[in-house]
Amino acid sequence: MNKTLLIIQREYLSRVKKKSFLLMTFLVPMLIIGMYALVIALSINGGDNVPTVEVIDDSGIFNKGLKDKKSVKFHLSTEPLDQAKQKVIADDGAFLLHIPKDIASGGNLELFSQKKAGLSVMSTIEDQLNDGLRNKMLQDAGIDAATLDNIKPDVNIVSKQLTLEGEKDSSSGAAMAVGFAAAILIYMSLFIYGIQVMRGIIEEKTSRIVEVVISSVRPFQLMMGKIIGIGLVGLTQFLLWIILSGTLMTVATNVLFKDKMEAVKSEMPAAQQQIAAQSGPGTDIVKAIQTVEWSYILPAFIIFFFGGYMLYSALFAAVGSAVDSDTETQQFMLPITLPLLFTYIMSFSFIVNNPDSSLSFWLSIIPFTSPIAMMVRLPFGVPMWELALSIVLLIGGFIFTTWVASRIYRIGILMYGKKVSFKELGKWFMYKG
Amino acid sequence: MLSIRNIVKQYANHRALDNVSIEVEKGSVFGLLGPNGAGKTSLIRIINQITGPDSGEVFFNGEKLNPSHISKIGYLPEERGLYKKMEIGEQMLYLAQLKGMSKQDATKRIKYWFEKMEIESWWKKKVEDLSKGMQQKVQFVATVVHDPELIILDEPFSGFDPVNAQVITNEILELNRKGATIIFSTHRMESVEQLCDSIALIHKSKKILDGKVKDIKNLYRSNTYRIGFEGQLTSTENTMFEILDQTADNDLNYLTVKVQEKYSANDVLKFLIQEVQVNEFMEVIPSMNDIFIQNVKN
Repeated sequence: MNKTLLIIQREYLSRVKKKSFLLMTFLVPMLIIGMYALVIALSINGGDNVPTVEVIDDSGIFNKGLKDKKSVKFHLSTEPLDQAKQKVIADDGAFLLHIPKDIASGGNLELFSQKKAGLSVMSTIEDQLNDGLRNKMLQDAGIDAATLDNIKPDVNIVSKQLTLEGEKDSSSGAAMAVGFAAAILIYMSLFIYGIQVMRGIIEEKTSRIVEVVISSVRPFQLMMGKIIGIGLVGLTQFLLWIILSGTLMTVATNVLFKDKMEAVKSEMPAAQQQIAAQSGPGTDIVKAIQTVEWSYILPAFIIFFFGGYMLYSALFAAVGSAVDSDTETQQFMLPITLPLLFTYIMSFSFIVNNPDSSLSFWLSIIPFTSPIAMMVRLPFGVPMWELALSIVLLIGGFIFTTWVASRIYRIGILMYGKKVSFKELGKWFMYKG
Repeated sequence: MLSIRNIVKQYANHRALDNVSIEVEKGSVFGLLGPNGAGKTSLIRIINQITGPDSGEVFFNGEKLNPSHISKIGYLPEERGLYKKMEIGEQMLYLAQLKGMSKQDATKRIKYWFEKMEIESWWKKKVEDLSKGMQQKVQFVATVVHDPELIILDEPFSGFDPVNAQVITNEILELNRKGATIIFSTHRMESVEQLCDSIALIHKSKKILDGKVKDIKNLYRSNTYRIGFEGQLTSTENTMFEILDQTADNDLNYLTVKVQEKYSANDVLKFLIQEVQVNEFMEVIPSMNDIFIQNVKN
């Protein structure tokens, strides 16, 4: 058998067989499902413990009461203010809203409670009162209620991508979410697996097995075997995550929420049901996720993960070979961490808002930043030639870093107990043979 | 077997090997001797193709050294270790396969060696559960499992306990009898001089002496003898030898003498027999260490 293959096999199997690998493989999809379930459960139940606000209306404008909302319920009270205040002192969950007589002419609302009211409660109250007041004023100005009901603009942008194949529904929100998720995943895994490569090399160096191994194989083979082996571990992990989450999500949606969703539907009037079928709780998330072009994004994710991983792990390998222990890696980590961190920050503050700007373009083309930047840009649509160029440069980039790293590695792994500087690394790089 | 010609290895600010040439004969036990930092390990790494020389060539069985020779060499490095979390058997299989053995052959050979070393029961154990001495046995097996034609042992006895050292020495000598060529590298010259047929002395990156141990010793013979006898020498003044040292222990007297060039050991013996009761008569042969020191001083 080819020796590099043997090394890949050992690196791969020794990690996949670990308990921590199994644990991560099952734990992460569980977490994803858990979060997904939570989102759906919350959107169905609207959260529990909805506070009830007692309303004392001295102005008489809101004598029809305020509308109950998801986050807050209202109850019109006829008690005198002082008596109602006593209740608030007695009950720490109670809210009391006092609407003064002069509310229309600028008087201040008072909200009494032991706990500070949440932002959503405050804004719900403000919105409702503003609406009510506006209606009152408009009516006073001579516009009748029927006209008012008709004037209710409701704008909703449906973004459609126009391509040669025709119109396609696309959801900017979902695209952003997928881009974010992919970028975060790549960012984290470049570190996680890169550091595994580094640790593996430090382990071989400190346990002194390395000299035995490189008397059988070339240092380059050992380094590449390790990098590829660990990269495959990463790919296996992702694949298992995707399969497991997909399966679990289908099961969860069907078993856990089927009855609940139907219960919600039956409570609604028939006319609303149709709307709910399209955009009901949970389904809008699923629907948005379906508009993302997975057949395009998944392969791209795998290519950019693996390419980025190869590029950075080679650098991690060089660092691992140069030091004797984890604690010495600090100074060499900075040049590796910096471009990654920079792209990460740029992705979320800039690229996501300007996916087609020239800075975004360059970030997604330069090999050191492209794995993360391109994933953020991709859901917004990237021309094929840019994608191709980015991939070609990424491949070129990792060939380059691997070459540089291997020249440092072959010397580094045989240097024990030596404090190394960047200058020293430069010297190693220049050595012949 | 192994022919090293004019090897130069230059590191940034020092020359590790300076024009070193060495011949190792097939089937011999060869000692690569020299103090720490002399360049022994650099030379061994070149033979193992871990690093390349800046100039010079190495020939293995007459062929220029190339990757196909890797499987014919077994190397026990000075800095040796194993994967701590890996099972011993699995680890041996991995290392043997890296040397180019098939899985079946490797399994067979490992079992053979494990039985021989009486460590069969360790197959499923992890390295971290073994003592250092036990690990060394495993490392030795890893070195010889692929039946190498050339076995290179860098400071083989450092860290070995005396019992294991003897076990390993016996195994090495047996392998040598079966045709393997052995290279010992060590700075403790006395530890291998009785094992080696030939040696090379390396000092400050240069080879300062090499050849058969017998020849070298002959070369450095100083015609010095140690004599133990009963009785008294009547005349200590003579033209035959010069007394270097004189001690007495109970009834026995000891003399260390340097015999003059015109005379042989027999002449001295003849003379002594007339005078005293001779109990011991032994040539004082310089040790490798003495020879080394003598060479370094020059």
